Amino acid sequence: MNVPSIASQTGTTDLVDITSDDNEPKHAGDSQKLRCAGVKKTFKGAGGGPAVEALSGVDLYVRDNELVSLLGTSGCGKSTLLNIIGGLETASEGLVEVDGEQVVGPGPDRGMVFQNYSLFPWKSVRKNISFGLEVAGWGKSDRVERVNDLLGVVGLSEFAEALPRELSGGMRQRVAIARALAPEPDILLLDEPFGALDAHTRRSLQEFLLTLWQRTRVTILMVTHDVDEAIYLSQRLYVMQSHPGRIAEEIEVPFGESRGPMVKRDQRFLDLRDSIEDQLR
Amino acid sequence: MSLETVPEEIADESVGISPSFDEVEPESDEAPESKPNFVQRFIESKKPTKDTPKNFLKAFWPPVLGIVVFLVLWAVLAPRVETSLGELPGPVEVLQAGGDLYDEYQASNEAKAEFVRTAPAGTIYTGPPTFLDQILTSLRTVGFGFLIATLIAVPVGLLSGLSDTFQRAINPLVQIFRPVSPVAWLPIVTYIVSAVVTGDDPFLAKSFINAAMVVTLCSLWPTLLNTAVGAQSVDKDLLNVGEVLRLTPIQKLRQLILPSALPYIFTGMRISLGIGWMVLIAAELLAQNPGLGKFVWDEFQGGSSESIARIMFSVFVIGFIGFILDRLMGVAEKFVRASQGV
Repeated sequence: MNVPSIASQTGTTDLVDITSDDNEPKHAGDSQKLRCAGVKKTFKGAGGGPAVEALSGVDLYVRDNELVSLLGTSGCGKSTLLNIIGGLETASEGLVEVDGEQVVGPGPDRGMVFQNYSLFPWKSVRKNISFGLEVAGWGKSDRVERVNDLLGVVGLSEFAEALPRELSGGMRQRVAIARALAPEPDILLLDEPFGALDAHTRRSLQEFLLTLWQRTRVTILMVTHDVDEAIYLSQRLYVMQSHPGRIAEEIEVPFGESRGPMVKRDQRFLDLRDSIEDQLR
Repeated sequence: MSLETVPEEIADESVGISPSFDEVEPESDEAPESKPNFVQRFIESKKPTKDTPKNFLKAFWPPVLGIVVFLVLWAVLAPRVETSLGELPGPVEVLQAGGDLYDEYQASNEAKAEFVRTAPAGTIYTGPPTFLDQILTSLRTVGFGFLIATLIAVPVGLLSGLSDTFQRAINPLVQIFRPVSPVAWLPIVTYIVSAVVTGDDPFLAKSFINAAMVVTLCSLWPTLLNTAVGAQSVDKDLLNVGEVLRLTPIQKLRQLILPSALPYIFTGMRISLGIGWMVLIAAELLAQNPGLGKFVWDEFQGGSSESIARIMFSVFVIGFIGFILDRLMGVAEKFVRASQGV
């Protein structure tokens, strides 16, 4: 495939360095953190049947410090797309780039959070978060400092020594988010992160994620099938449709970065939700 | 990364924004403030729920009743069976036989002490093994056979759980060898051991190796199959997490697969040990390994009037030791699982 490099397309080569130490609040820049170009995924048909096209040429991008949602019904290929970006699956065709570098496999630069928490059941909260750092070769004192910071960020300092099974679902998912954040990823990939939670906990974790993002400015790409969630949390969202999986629409969410639950009663919110739901139906 | 710059109070605020997590998630109330260490957790798991005398009575009357009914039926029915060696012994006779065996053990100990005192240095006491000696020999044999079985079964099981090809390669063999009786293995093992083992080490006598290898061959399978299932049972998402963290194969095995498979491995080992102890008697009986099996066989061949009672007594001993071994495995499992947090 002949795809022009990300630099030549955006006309910039110096991407914002999010590892820099300046305390300036960062806003979504023009630079693209993640770019997918013409990503296709074809599965072999079962029992020699016709091949199934799960994704047909997806183009998308996520800017630096942006929170973007992939919204679609089940079976539209949104999780497949996220797994391709995470490097857990390979695209049949097309290109995925993070910071202009092609993705060739999974790595800690793309922190992933799965629907069912997927914590190490035999490790304490602290060790779950710390494990990735250990593997990545962080020194002990750096590890301790980093984990303590993150425990504070996700509000679980008191539960540092608890085992996952001793925590509620919402708390477990906060641990999973902290674990994904630990190795300072370029982008956080969330796969239906609140799908296994009850409605009440789900709402409170949405607030949590929004606050986390506002404070940390980590770039986030989230997969969800919940229209309200997608509009409420993201700055931009992609509506996907199935058979074959493709992006039907790209929508800029017309609300600022600091938004409260009142936004959900805004007429623009309601109109947007209705139009997306019509599209998904 | 910018995360580092988030001050603690802002972090706290991030929680404060959502209306109190404790309210939202009822389970969080139960979560302990800190993790008890594994010894505490282990002790906790061993504690009975409530230790009042009433509960004790409630829990214990059914087994006591069962044993009493069994003993009464035995005592009533046994004298009605007339064998070539007289009436079938009842509970009292069997208990007496046990007492006699203990006396013999004491007497033999004295004889041995006497021998050691009087015989010239360098000679070895060669009196007949006592009942206790035989129990120890049996335990050693099973321990050795079981150890070898575990050392083979766990790696092979892990491999077959992780590699579909390997699993399919060994599956037919496992299915064919698994149901084979110890009695059928023994002649083959005997020939092989005779051909391979040439040393004259008294600790590794051929009869000992024969019996132990039969134990190995019969107790291999439950551990192998359970380990394979355990290795397959690793959560798919957890494996994905491992991919994202770029674990090396060794780290994957140590950090993901072994902890996930551990409960299965222990279940398998527990079944294996039970089978090993069970087949030991048959193996010793034929291999002439000087353990409990040989004791039973010798009593059967000797055919004195006390033999049936002595055999019955050893049946109880065999059963009791099997029960203890199972319990020990259970305790070991709980201990290891508590220490690994699985």
